[in-house]
Amino acid sequence: MSMLAPLERFRLLQRRRLAAAGASKSILLDRFRLLRRRRLISLVPIVAIVIILPLLFSSAYYYRVAALVFLFGIAALGLNLLMGFAGQVSLGHAGFMGIGAYAVAIGPTAFGIPPVLSFILGALLSALVAFVVGRPILRLKEHYLAVATLGFGILLAIVFTNEANWTGGPDGMAVPQLILFNWPLRGAAVWYWILAVSFLVGAVIALNLINSPTGRALRAIHDSEVAARVLGIDVAQKKLMIFVISAVYTSIAGSYLALLDGYITPQISGFLRSIELVAMVVLGGMGSVAGSLVGAAVLVILPQALTLFDEYEHVVLGLIVMGVMIFLRAGIVPSLAAAFGGGRS
Amino acid sequence: MAEFLQFVFSGITVGAIYALVAIGFTLIYNASDVVNFAQGEFVMLGAMGTVFLGHAGVPLLLAGVVAVLITTVVGLALYRWAIVPAREADAVTLIIITIGASIFLRGVAEVVFDKGFHSLPALLGSNPIRLGGATILPQSLVVLAGAFFIMVLLWAFIDRTLFGKAVRAIAANRVAARLVGINTRIVVGASFALSAAIGAIAGILITPITLTSYNGGTLLALKGFAAIMLGGIGSAVGAVVGGILLGLLEAFAAGYVSASYKDAVGFLVILAVLFVMPRGLFGKATVERV
Repeated sequence: MSMLAPLERFRLLQRRRLAAAGASKSILLDRFRLLRRRRLISLVPIVAIVIILPLLFSSAYYYRVAALVFLFGIAALGLNLLMGFAGQVSLGHAGFMGIGAYAVAIGPTAFGIPPVLSFILGALLSALVAFVVGRPILRLKEHYLAVATLGFGILLAIVFTNEANWTGGPDGMAVPQLILFNWPLRGAAVWYWILAVSFLVGAVIALNLINSPTGRALRAIHDSEVAARVLGIDVAQKKLMIFVISAVYTSIAGSYLALLDGYITPQISGFLRSIELVAMVVLGGMGSVAGSLVGAAVLVILPQALTLFDEYEHVVLGLIVMGVMIFLRAGIVPSLAAAFGGGRS
Repeated sequence: MAEFLQFVFSGITVGAIYALVAIGFTLIYNASDVVNFAQGEFVMLGAMGTVFLGHAGVPLLLAGVVAVLITTVVGLALYRWAIVPAREADAVTLIIITIGASIFLRGVAEVVFDKGFHSLPALLGSNPIRLGGATILPQSLVVLAGAFFIMVLLWAFIDRTLFGKAVRAIAANRVAARLVGINTRIVVGASFALSAAIGAIAGILITPITLTSYNGGTLLALKGFAAIMLGGIGSAVGAVVGGILLGLLEAFAAGYVSASYKDAVGFLVILAVLFVMPRGLFGKATVERV
């Protein structure tokens, strides 16, 4: 009996495989389309929130906080692509925020490049930097990877602090306003819409990426790098690709932050910021697009709600980071999804 | 030549502190596989604790002892309430937990102490000693002697006592150690306590030279980590050599290249070591099992 069991299982598998081969290609395609549609449907609640929220806002302050939530949502989404899908950690992602931010600050003031173009150049520069450092860094694993990315982020922060001729040093520098078709973008409400739409665009791109062959390859890498390699996946190339994409997301968030605040200091790429981004990803839920936004919302709104305890900023942040890593490693959105019947977001 | 010698002196002094931080890292890493980024906060707590107990009128020697004890308790608390509950987490999660602990401890220091820079009086006065055209502070000698003393004691403790044997057994194989009746929890907890005490002493020794403040810990932890990367993670000899080497590299970089990029050296070292020889100078090659 025990000798027969494997044989029987083999027959069963063979029968299933034959059935799968018999299924016409169009049915498979339909299923893919359906899957993709179902994935995009998960964005509907977010769209609804984007539209409804302004009805509840009584002052510009609310718009600003909400704008910041979407902004950090973009950065967290970028990092989540790397952490949640490819399973690679980065403790230095704020470095890319710095590159994006200083691009829109230095581009127009020092080189006379229009802000919009600087914005794009910043994203390209981040992509280039990620491409160059990514290959050696992503060869590393676990704590080596954590420390290398951490070192990379701090190196960038040191450069931003020391190159005072360009960056204004530790005191920071002013960022010229973004003017789009003779229309200066200012006011919290305007930025709310820009950032909400940017987040949604980023989310759609991310969802499509996740659902592509590349996305599946990345998830295979996450589960087992060796198995992925055996399956013929170019692990190094895929990891590098997602690292570059994730750097671009974060860089764009950095550019937005600089434009929104009109002022930047090297703190934007500091060590604490990188850790905050990681906490957002884990808190919201690794591998969850909606989770990135939820994580960002908690870590943006909580300090605002706790401004009374300004002195205790680091105490609170430290407790949040520890608490999230110890008790909420599964993340808010995946935990909720599991509780409400296994729907994936 | 005198200039060169000067850089060597300052490099070795700072390097000795990096070595102590690195030893603390290694102790915890070998016992528990945790890379403890709150190690720098132990250094800061020892120094700040002594300063503020001193301000409160406690004689400095007693203040130092109490500060080391407090830091030891903090080390135990870190193990009990941050590491034990996350025992089954992966390496990266544990790193982020200790980073959270480091931010938390820094925040507490900010509130309990203050945001200023503080110093302690040097043990043997502050008249520099001339040596071959360069000068060396008496406190540097104290730091070196202290570091040497701690390392010898630690070596004797790990190499000659039953507890040390247990630490080595756990480092070799945790499950096997537990099977032969070693209480891993107590041993790992003790490593955290010991490591915290070493960090606190290092902080007190170096404060007369480098000053201390609530946020001085993070950078030290990263330097200590660079040192163990350089020496090879898990190796005690590597930690000491790596620490002193990093101190020297920094001193030369500050002297000959640019003082403002001194702090960047540690990170460049980390990246260079990882890219070129990922196991460090003294690390053993391991085979990855699938």
